Amino acid sequence: MNTEAIKELLYKMADDLLIIGHRNSEWTGLGPILEEDISFSSMAQDKIGQAQALYVLLHDLGEQEPDTVAFTRNANQFHNAQLVELPNGEYDFSLMRHFLYDHADQLRFEALANSTYEPLAKVARKVKGELKYHVFHANTWVTKLGLANQESHDKMQHALNHAWNYALGLFEPSANEAALIDESIFIGENTLQEQWLQNITPVLLKAGLTIPNPSTWNPIVGGRIGIHTAHLEPLVEEMSEVFRYDPTAEW
Amino acid sequence: MIKSLDPRVNRAAIEEENSIEPLKDLDQWETYEVFHQKRRGDQHMHVGIVHAPNAEMALIFGKEQFGRRGLSVNIWVVKTRDVFTTDYEDSDIFETVPEKQYREAGGYKVMDKINKFKKGL
Repeated sequence: MNTEAIKELLYKMADDLLIIGHRNSEWTGLGPILEEDISFSSMAQDKIGQAQALYVLLHDLGEQEPDTVAFTRNANQFHNAQLVELPNGEYDFSLMRHFLYDHADQLRFEALANSTYEPLAKVARKVKGELKYHVFHANTWVTKLGLANQESHDKMQHALNHAWNYALGLFEPSANEAALIDESIFIGENTLQEQWLQNITPVLLKAGLTIPNPSTWNPIVGGRIGIHTAHLEPLVEEMSEVFRYDPTAEW
Repeated sequence: MIKSLDPRVNRAAIEEENSIEPLKDLDQWETYEVFHQKRRGDQHMHVGIVHAPNAEMALIFGKEQFGRRGLSVNIWVVKTRDVFTTDYEDSDIFETVPEKQYREAGGYKVMDKINKFKKGL
C-alpha cells in the first residue's frame, strides 16, 4: 500500500472539509433566517467532524495530532482547493459553493465506501447520512432560488458562473493518484468529475440555471500543492488564534 | 346550498362555500408544524414549528432543528394554516359530568374478577 499516496488523498479531503466548515460557520448568527442559520451551522459542524475523522486517520499513519495538524500549519501547507477558501460573499455564493462542493464530496465518500483502504472506507460509510442531508439541503435551496424570481435567479446564475472554474479545481489531479487507482483505493479525480457533472446537471437544469459553456472552462488549480488565494491566510490565522494562545491547554 | 340525496343535509341549508376563512397571505414565510417519529411504527409527535416558503424547505429545516440529535427516523410537516383548532374559550367542552360509571373502565364488573384472581395468586 502506497502510504504517501493515501496521505495525499486524506490531506486534501480533510483540508477541504476543515476550511469549508470554518467558512460556513462564519454565517452562524448571520444567516438569512433562524432556521437556515441553525441548519447551515449544524452542517458546518458536521464538516469539521468529518475533517477530524480524516486527521485521525493521518495520525494513525504517522502524522501529528489532529489539532496540531489543523491549527499549526501555515496557509501554504494546506491542500484544500481554492474554492473552499474564498470569502463567503453573499448567501447566493455560499449556497452555490455548498451545492457544488457537497455534490463532489458526497460522490468522493461514496466511492471511498468501497475503498480497499478499510479505515477510510469505514469513515466513508459512517458519514453517508450526513452527506445525503447536505446535498438534499443544497438541492432544495438551489432549485428554490433558481426558480423563485428574476432577482434570485440572476444571483444564483451569477454565483454559479463565479464559482464554476474554482469548482473544477476540486478535481485537480494529484501526483500519486495512479497508485491509488491501481490499488482500488480511490477512483481518481477524472472519474469523480464525470460523476459530479452527471449529478449536478439535472438539478441545475431543474433550477433553470445554465452551466457555463465548456469552451470557457478553465479549472483553477494549485490548491492541492499549497498554492492559495490571499484569502486563506487570514482564515487560518483566525481559526487557529485561540489554539495558539496555549497549544498545550486541555479543552 | 349543498344539494344531497339525504334530505337532512338539504334541510340544514349548508352553504357551498366553506364559511371558514383561510388566513390572509402573510408578509413573511408561513409556518409549518413539525412532527417527528422516534422509531418506525411509533406515533409522530409534535416537536415544534419552522418558518418555510414551501413544504420541501420545511422538511430540510425541520430535520435540522428537531432531528439533528439523531432522535428521529421520520419527519412530517404540515402547514400551520391547515390545522383546525378548538377555541380555548370552549375548553369547557372537555369537562364531563363524573357520574357515568358505565363509561369508565372501573365500572365494569370484570375488575372484581381480576382483583379476586390477583388475591388468589
